Amino acid sequence: MAQLTPKDVEYVAALAQLSLDDAAKSRMLGDLGNILGYVEKLNELDTSGVEPMLHVLDLANVYREDTVGPSLDRAQALKNAPNTDGAYFLVPKILDAE
Amino acid sequence: MAAPLYAGTAREIRDQVRTGAVSAVVVAQSMLDRIQALDAKVGAYVEVWRDHALEMAEAVDRRVKQGQDPGPLAGVPVGLKDNLCTSHGTTTCASKILKGFESPYDATVVNRLREAGAVFLGKLNMDEFAMGSSTENSSVQKTRNPWDLERVPGGSSGGAAASVPAELATITIGSDTGGSIRQPAAFCGCLGIKPTYGRISRFGLIAFASSLDQIGPFTKNAEDLAIVMNVLSGIDPLDATSANLPVPDYTQSLKTGVAGLTLGLPKEFYTDALGGPMRESIMKAVDVLKGLGAKVVEVSLPHTDYGIAVYYLIATAEASANLARFDGVRYGFRDPAAKTVEEMYRGTKTGGFGPEVKRRIMLGTYALSSGYYDAYYLKAQKVRALIRRDFDEAFAKCDVIVTPTTPTPAFKFGEKTDDPLQMYLSDIYTNSVNLAGVPGLSIPCGLIDGKLPAGMQLIGKPFSEDLLIRVAHAYEKARGFDMGKPAIK
Repeated sequence: MAQLTPKDVEYVAALAQLSLDDAAKSRMLGDLGNILGYVEKLNELDTSGVEPMLHVLDLANVYREDTVGPSLDRAQALKNAPNTDGAYFLVPKILDAE
Repeated sequence: MAAPLYAGTAREIRDQVRTGAVSAVVVAQSMLDRIQALDAKVGAYVEVWRDHALEMAEAVDRRVKQGQDPGPLAGVPVGLKDNLCTSHGTTTCASKILKGFESPYDATVVNRLREAGAVFLGKLNMDEFAMGSSTENSSVQKTRNPWDLERVPGGSSGGAAASVPAELATITIGSDTGGSIRQPAAFCGCLGIKPTYGRISRFGLIAFASSLDQIGPFTKNAEDLAIVMNVLSGIDPLDATSANLPVPDYTQSLKTGVAGLTLGLPKEFYTDALGGPMRESIMKAVDVLKGLGAKVVEVSLPHTDYGIAVYYLIATAEASANLARFDGVRYGFRDPAAKTVEEMYRGTKTGGFGPEVKRRIMLGTYALSSGYYDAYYLKAQKVRALIRRDFDEAFAKCDVIVTPTTPTPAFKFGEKTDDPLQMYLSDIYTNSVNLAGVPGLSIPCGLIDGKLPAGMQLIGKPFSEDLLIRVAHAYEKARGFDMGKPAIK
């Protein structure tokens, strides 16, 4: 596997929506490089023909009648929100008003 | 002098409360006083619910007075790991990003415990989002090992594990994704079980890695473990991954011994990496079980060496998806300086998550990213299938697998914080049990150098918790020594 580069770290941080300062970036580069170096050992194993294990249980769809049941009321659903108008979650503006 | 009420087992407290010999309020008061006097030293609780505990205890006493069945955990003081949603108090996962979060509902296990008559003492410290092996990743405080306050309690359920031997709770509930119940139980000298994936509902457990997470209890002995497993287990319509299988009465496991059972010792666990004193403790315990009529055979789990690598790819990939929901919109911390939605997402995650959580989100995001998915995530899932196959083959030759829970006893604060990989390797004996989805129980098996607890891990086939409790109980009765109590100084 290719060596992890500072550019890779910046790219993944952007995907993960994290801002890293220079110190955090260089620490992350070292730590992730170490861990990725360690997991390389999986390549010692020939896994051709092995089905990936997606889940522990043999899960099947569970069906039920589509009936209306109790759910959280609005006040409860909103009570932990950083910002609301009592009916909606409020966030900073997404589109600029032209 | 009679033993103080806080020192009782769950069964003892329950029996006295049921008959009205002792009031649940008096038991709760005894435990709350103990917490007030001692928890400044241990640091187990992130929140103590004094008034709420007394109200719950009053309700139990009322049921007793009115002649109603107060439940199998009547008046038993219980502590809850802070990643279990509770409609009382806050649920924070010991993270800044959830500081002050008040869950609008209770986790299913919380409801089940309340209906069983348990009295909640409060919320217990943990590694942030259950990511860690020492509870040093908590954003709130350190939790100290009651046997040596300079050492870690293990993690991630460090508060839950430390509370039981420190007598700051009679039973606690934690979660285990890669060893987070068994490793701290071993470090702190109490029992802890990670049940089979699907045995206990996870509704209301804040998700870390969904294909691995399980809830389980910590107790003082096997009898209490059986009693609380009866309460916690079973299908839940609110959790589609809870198994639709009958739950045995686990207290029946206390009545049979181990004669005729075959115990398997996996040769890959008993290598040079296992310290001498730890090996001796486990072998002594195995001899006790042999003396009771159990047969011992060698088995092999050939892919043991790959467990940590598989675990840290799968767990981080799932975590990176699960933790994406903490975006500052609906609950928790929001970056107050953000002027756009983009800035809000970045500022919230960057300011809200601690270093280990960020490290794991980064690793998981990388493992799932375009171009690397096959090499990392898919490869890990294939090796996971091989690990599961190892267990299936080993269980064709034995009933229960016996291993150490950890390679060493509790380590010191700061010993592994500079090197994440070294910290990850402290879970080397527990990770693969989650990958295979099978149950694992850790039981104390002595003190290393007379000071620090050692833990023996019992691993079973899927849904064989009854067998694990049976072996644990038989061992406990026959081992011929008492673990004693930590001095906490």
